[in-house]
Amino acid sequence: MRIDRHFTYTESHMACPECDLLHLVSDIREGEQGHCIRCGALLFVRHRNSLDRALAFSLTGLSFFILANLFPLLTFEMEGQTESNRLIDGAIAFWQAGYWELGIAVFIFSVFAPLAVLLVLVTLLLPLRLGRAPLFVKLQIRLLVFLKPWAMSEIFILGIIVAFVKLQDFADVGIGLSLFAFILMVIATVMAYLTLDTRALWARLEELAV
Amino acid sequence: MNGAQQQARLTAASIEAVSCHICNLLVSDSYRRRHGNICPRCGTALHRRKPDSMSRTWALLIAAAILYVPANVYPILTVVSFGQPTTSTIIGGVIELAAGGQWVIAAVVFIASVFVPIFKILALLFLALSVQLKWQARPRARTLLYRFTEFIGRWSMIDIFMISILIALVKLQALATVTAGPGAIAFAAVVIITMFAAMTFDPRLIWDTEGMGDDGG
Ligand SMILES: [Zn+2]
Ligand SMILES: [Zn+2]
Repeated sequence: MRIDRHFTYTESHMACPECDLLHLVSDIREGEQGHCIRCGALLFVRHRNSLDRALAFSLTGLSFFILANLFPLLTFEMEGQTESNRLIDGAIAFWQAGYWELGIAVFIFSVFAPLAVLLVLVTLLLPLRLGRAPLFVKLQIRLLVFLKPWAMSEIFILGIIVAFVKLQDFADVGIGLSLFAFILMVIATVMAYLTLDTRALWARLEELAV
Repeated sequence: MNGAQQQARLTAASIEAVSCHICNLLVSDSYRRRHGNICPRCGTALHRRKPDSMSRTWALLIAAAILYVPANVYPILTVVSFGQPTTSTIIGGVIELAAGGQWVIAAVVFIASVFVPIFKILALLFLALSVQLKWQARPRARTLLYRFTEFIGRWSMIDIFMISILIALVKLQALATVTAGPGAIAFAAVVIITMFAAMTFDPRLIWDTEGMGDDGG
């Protein structure tokens, strides 16, 4: 591999984020996943129409997120009395019980971060689709990377399943409409992240800047 | 290693460049000296390696190991059904599920709440030690271990979410109520702190002992 040592910054090569080995970007073709030849880390994915697909998935995800907040996740019935919970109720319940640290954590992991991810994606990709530069591109990209590990919707779904199983022992538990919306939201978000090729994003931004 | 592989082994560090840890842009050291230490594409501060990686990882690991004790000793929730309180710890919750015949769910909770936190702390301890002692063996396997550790860490939050759902849902005063226990705070702290420990650890340090680009910093 040859590289001009007097470059300023370059997009023709990239270093593996996990072992620092240099790779020639043009070696990775569209529709392929690029893995590091030394440590196997995923370098990036190339997709056709990556940005449009990611936008479609994030808009879908956002709609389902709204639906997921309108109806109960689970309903619980015992001797004629009924209770139900919405997505945000877990965080509120912790807060009210005096466990405010857990209230904040659950709020961030199950409500704030998943919503923020979708909002950042939409406000990033929708202007690009309309041929305009997003307002806070640099901040938005950083937020996207930063928020990713803290958006735990898929883990929350498993939490719901475990709670459901535990409650079955002593009451009638039902599944609320929002649970389906929430699951679809998670799938859409995962698909948005998987299809988003950040290199296509930078290329599109450069086109707009010219 | 044979000669051909050695030849191909150019790293960002070896050509005096750094990779932006947010957008992966390759930026030369000379550019950084002239234009400031900020990524020209996404505006993030640039570092050759994650700053203070080892000391931060060690500190977070020690904190997590200490909090692991109260997380498992104190109850995480209490169920009061018809006036009968049942208190359970992390492991108690798994045993109850298994005793109730819910084997699959019991296994999922056991893996997420018992196996993953222990595995994560031990794996990061091993990785940090291996870097500290400059071991050279099996860097690829160690990088895989790191990737796996980072991937599984978040899944331990299952129990915390389960508790949040139970306390929100089950509040029928006379019949049944569920309350959280102090173990839940310690447990959530262990999960979050080990997530930070995995984030601050820089897997490139595993490869820096290979002879090229080992100027750290
Ligand atoms: Zn690599
Ligand atoms: Zn950058």
